[in-house]
Amino acid sequence: MKRTTYIMMAVVFGLFVLSWIYKGISLQSNNDHYILDGFLVTFSAFLTLAVLSFLYTDNPFYKFAEHLFVGVSAAFWMCLGFWTTIVQNLIPRLSEGVSGFFKVPYLPGPYNFFFFIPVILGIMLLMRLSPKGGWISRWPLAWIIGTTAGLNFIRYLRSDFIKQISSTFVPLLGGGQHEWQGIGHFFSNFDLSASGQFVALVANWVIFLGVFCGLVYFFFSKEHTGTFGRASRVGIWILMITFGASFGYTVMGRISLLVGRITFLFRDWLGLVS
Amino acid sequence: MRYWCRIAPLLLLLFSVSPFAQTDAPELPDTASTDLAPPAPVSMLRAHDTDDDHGHSITLEWELSPDDGAGQNSVVTYEVFRWVPSVMDILDTLRSRLSIVNSEIREADGVTSEMKERRVSLQTRLKELLGQLPEIHEQYPNDGEWHQVGNVGSRNTRYVNSGSKDTESSGFIPDFTGFYYRVDAVTVDSSIRAVSKIVGPVQSYGQWFNTGRYPVLFAVLIFGFLTLGFVIKAKKGAKLYVRPLTGIEEVNDAIGRATEMGKPILYVLGLGTADMIATIASFTILGRVAKRVAEHRTRLIVPTYDPIVMSVAQEVVKSSYLDAGQADAYDDDIVFFVTQAQFAYVAAVNGIMLRELPATNVYMGKFYAESLILAETGALAGSIQIAGTDEIAQIPFFIVACDYTLIGEELYAASAYLGREPILLGSLKAQDYAKAAVITLALAGLVAANFGWTTFTDLFIVAN
Repeated sequence: MKRTTYIMMAVVFGLFVLSWIYKGISLQSNNDHYILDGFLVTFSAFLTLAVLSFLYTDNPFYKFAEHLFVGVSAAFWMCLGFWTTIVQNLIPRLSEGVSGFFKVPYLPGPYNFFFFIPVILGIMLLMRLSPKGGWISRWPLAWIIGTTAGLNFIRYLRSDFIKQISSTFVPLLGGGQHEWQGIGHFFSNFDLSASGQFVALVANWVIFLGVFCGLVYFFFSKEHTGTFGRASRVGIWILMITFGASFGYTVMGRISLLVGRITFLFRDWLGLVS
Repeated sequence: MRYWCRIAPLLLLLFSVSPFAQTDAPELPDTASTDLAPPAPVSMLRAHDTDDDHGHSITLEWELSPDDGAGQNSVVTYEVFRWVPSVMDILDTLRSRLSIVNSEIREADGVTSEMKERRVSLQTRLKELLGQLPEIHEQYPNDGEWHQVGNVGSRNTRYVNSGSKDTESSGFIPDFTGFYYRVDAVTVDSSIRAVSKIVGPVQSYGQWFNTGRYPVLFAVLIFGFLTLGFVIKAKKGAKLYVRPLTGIEEVNDAIGRATEMGKPILYVLGLGTADMIATIASFTILGRVAKRVAEHRTRLIVPTYDPIVMSVAQEVVKSSYLDAGQADAYDDDIVFFVTQAQFAYVAAVNGIMLRELPATNVYMGKFYAESLILAETGALAGSIQIAGTDEIAQIPFFIVACDYTLIGEELYAASAYLGREPILLGSLKAQDYAKAAVITLALAGLVAANFGWTTFTDLFIVAN
């Protein structure tokens, strides 16, 4: 490593220790574990800044934070998967003795023997690790993809096909709680409020045009020329406007996440904000 | 004498008035009195098994009481009663004791054999009694009493007595057991009520088919036959037109660019699991990309989020390399598992991007909040980026940060477009015809809804 890197690491280490001492002293008043808590807050701040340093360039601190995050999360999910799925879900249905060993209640039932099927499929999947027996793992993979594709076929036909068709049955005249009572009545009671008839009418027309033109855009069997192409153009415009609104809305949510991290740094770590 | 003559009328008046002055208060109608006439009972009470369910449920229907919403003895509620044999008290006791034993076992440090024996004994006794319930119910009306199981307000003509299928639950309703019901029309004063005729025996049982889901069945059949038809047509060599997809056409150029620069190609399958449609579509595209990469002998990097996805991706890449005749170039480390934590995965992929500096980044699959992080880092590394996802909230981020983006269904069409396999092309054609059907049906339904023709619009209602 370069000399500047060593100097940088020494400086960061020194700042880390200083921060640890400072946090420990600030937490000492009503906290028996002030040394540990001081270390944890400092370490959290260090990891936050290490990840944020990626915005400048890749560096050893980011690498350290990245590898630590990947390693800890992989181990965490493995433990979580074992204790929630195998210990709490599978073992109570298979063996009373093993349930007692893990201190989980045994769940007897007339169809518990079916739970041996996922055990067998799981063992077959683990055969992937064997160079000679790796081909056995294709069977449970095929089972997983085939079963879920079949189940999702029904689910999505219902939610994304039939439900969407029925949701398009909107009143084009009148809307919401308002019935169409003629054009005279419409203009005499003209109202721009969100619950008014005008807004409901516009919303229904947008739904109508958006659905049809959007579907035309995603039609792959015909070239988009002529009237078809114009309808497709309207469709993509509506899509892009929707994406723009979604973009702005989502960015607001991301900013709020950043606010949380900045609050931690300025309040919990540095104590500059009450 | 004259004095007595003067006061005699007065005395007469006094003694004649006083009886009237002390009359009793007029008798007010006593609402608590059972002398008040009860309302008319419900009529045409009928009970049947609840349709389209897994059993353990009885539906009762009746005609309203004529006194519903009328007069002084107006019916305000309908109380539903079921005849319950006295053995149910024993069952309830067994269930509560079983619940106590289960709690003790959950909270104990070690399960003793005495606890286990107690639970087994209670479960056995419970099971025996439950098995005898159909015979016990046949003893009606002996050795039992009426219990209220529910109530509905006035103007209601239907009640569903829905129970649990868990035998250890107090709400358990056994199937194939004859139940007896009655419905009381009740006024404001609950003691003034009218009892209906008793209906029964009625049994509950589960149905194999939910008739409320006929629309889904028809959609499955129509779509299935469409797909089959077009696949057969494609296999016979018919030319099926697919309009050009800009993003996918660039994949070949991007692979060529990476080969010229001597840099690897990064392919990210997203954060979906192997059962998600976007991930399955991504597998197909990965196969095509891997084959082109193998032919050009370019390096491919595929970090995965899910272990099952990793296994499938390894198989896909391996078979692509075999198809390209480059079996010796295949390495299991091309596809590797990173972690199943969202942002840890993204941190690792970002690190790979800035260290390996791939020429092309391909993001195809299911993405969430990490989409912009990936795309921005890829832009920082100077890579050509092609993305495709069906996650609507993430498409805007890919559009702004990537060079080419496949929106929604274009991702599914991309696999057919790249490979031109009959099965994929046939299914794509079937999808297009299904879309045409959606447009036609939606137009028809729109007209029907606006003219109040509910017969057509009701066809699209699917029961839960």
